[in-house]
Amino acid sequence: MTPRYTFGGDEHLFVEVDEEMSLEAFFKSLSITNAVREAQIKGVTEICPANASFQIKFDPDSIHPNDLMEEVKRLEGHADKSESTLKTRIIEIPVYYQDPWTHETLMKFRDRHQDPTMTDIQYAAASNGFGTVDEFIDAHSRSPWFVSMVGFVAGLPFLYQMVDRARQIQVPKYLRPRTDTPKQTVGYGGCFSCIYSVRGAGGYQMFGITPMPIYDPDQKVSYLRDFMVFFKPGDIVKWKSITREEYDQSIESVDADTFEPRIHDVLFSLVEFNSNMDSTNEKLLAYLS
Amino acid sequence: MTIKVLDSGFASTIQDLGRPGYYHLGIPIGGAMDRYSMRIGNMLVGNDESAAVVETVFTGPVLEFRQNSVVAVTGGELPPKLDGRVMPTWTSFEVREGQILSFDYLKHGARSYIAIHGGFSTPVSLGSRSTYAIGALGGIDGRGLKEGDVLPIGSGAKPAKVGKTISVSMQRIPKTPVELRVLPGLYLHRITKDSAEEFFSGPWRVAPEADRMGYRFQGGNPLSFIDRKPPFGAGSDPSNITDACYPYGSIQVPGGTEPIVLHRDAVSGGGYFMLGTVISADMDLIGQLQPHAETNFVKIDMEGALFARKSRSRMLDMVREYLN
Repeated sequence: MTPRYTFGGDEHLFVEVDEEMSLEAFFKSLSITNAVREAQIKGVTEICPANASFQIKFDPDSIHPNDLMEEVKRLEGHADKSESTLKTRIIEIPVYYQDPWTHETLMKFRDRHQDPTMTDIQYAAASNGFGTVDEFIDAHSRSPWFVSMVGFVAGLPFLYQMVDRARQIQVPKYLRPRTDTPKQTVGYGGCFSCIYSVRGAGGYQMFGITPMPIYDPDQKVSYLRDFMVFFKPGDIVKWKSITREEYDQSIESVDADTFEPRIHDVLFSLVEFNSNMDSTNEKLLAYLS
Repeated sequence: MTIKVLDSGFASTIQDLGRPGYYHLGIPIGGAMDRYSMRIGNMLVGNDESAAVVETVFTGPVLEFRQNSVVAVTGGELPPKLDGRVMPTWTSFEVREGQILSFDYLKHGARSYIAIHGGFSTPVSLGSRSTYAIGALGGIDGRGLKEGDVLPIGSGAKPAKVGKTISVSMQRIPKTPVELRVLPGLYLHRITKDSAEEFFSGPWRVAPEADRMGYRFQGGNPLSFIDRKPPFGAGSDPSNITDACYPYGSIQVPGGTEPIVLHRDAVSGGGYFMLGTVISADMDLIGQLQPHAETNFVKIDMEGALFARKSRSRMLDMVREYLN
């Protein structure tokens, strides 16, 4: 894993930590970007960690691009030796799988799908070797997920499944992107799950919907009053499959502003996770029980 | 101190110099697409250069003034009309309470800037009044202008000077065909050398899908990718990458067919390879391109990009000196 440095015009330094996705690449990206933030380099205006890469926006009137690159390379050397532990939080996100709203939307765009005879989740289950959709939902919602990037549009999290690669779900994106996706759709593309924070275009397969707002520009939702975006890279998520009744109840409490997500602070160790994924996950999930 | 919107025009929005600092959460910087013209509009009416203006696309709004004020219209050539009388562009002029500001047909360019003494004082969201409609931020309730809106106007710090004009030599108008200078890089290695040469030999045309998020181009040859085994997490298309950040101005080519240059309301990241980035000095020009505008992407190195950036900033300094 040798990071590749390149420039995005005269205002962005772009670093691909690895071509392929892995928690190691994500952690390396996170630790280098943290080091860059702490170093408070003159001229750096925005630091954006992504799944297996990161980007630094800078003002070339304040720092020469080559000087910035040298400085980040130096910090990369230090970040390598940093411990792969992360103080973060685990959050339970309720999901109403196979809901009527994403179903209605996906039926409108069958002509852009790999298999128009199936729904998105039926297709994902079949192409990942699951006998039934219920088994697939169980696989999607059993293990925790890492928020490895926030972006695309305002507050949209990309989530990476915390299991070994053999068990990771992979689903192609739509052949051509849809022009519509309901707000709070739980989607899937490549090896990433996501939650569409706002209504709009999208190319990820649609599995269900969460009643939990994750972006609120008006900042009226109780837990979004401090900041309008809920997720940050490094958050850990556990999907919880809910019924229509539970969905309706949650929506009622969201409307009454009494909805509180279940959240617990955790310390995540990549070394511990790599030595025993299942037991690490069990410990993480215990915080929610 | 207000202005009433009698007609919104095609896609008029409130914009300033944007909201830096939230791109890592998917909230783009936004703000005026042609910042050079927008800054000069503000200078002409005696505002701070970052004051909020109305950005129009192709057609202008109809505005009823409920106060005396001073206005300037810059950017794409959209002649203002005061109670039906045509007024000069790139020139500050007085508007009296009760007068109606409308606009003639667009002569060239795409986006024009209506600056008003005191600036539009709509609510600030994350440090900016810029309208980011996808995220419902800024503007008027997170959206663009609509008939019936009443726009609040701030009070100017400095008195406005009337009759100040910026001559054509100090305006920045894209040539035909327009040249957009590009620093090659990012994932350029994914395509063959011949294919890259072909991309830069153009010509391309602006596609109908061209907005604040990005400009799509058509007319060039499809790209040839170098064979590979798809990296885990990237997706199966040769143009896919493991979802990464997108620089402003970066040129992605989904499926290798139609390049998209991301602009001020960029999506912050995604899974398509990028072959380079339009340099900061040429971003303003993109905002003035109409659909079908012929475009050449021209290679430039970093020192050339930095030199172009300095030249552009010197041009703005000259305007500042001229107006002081």
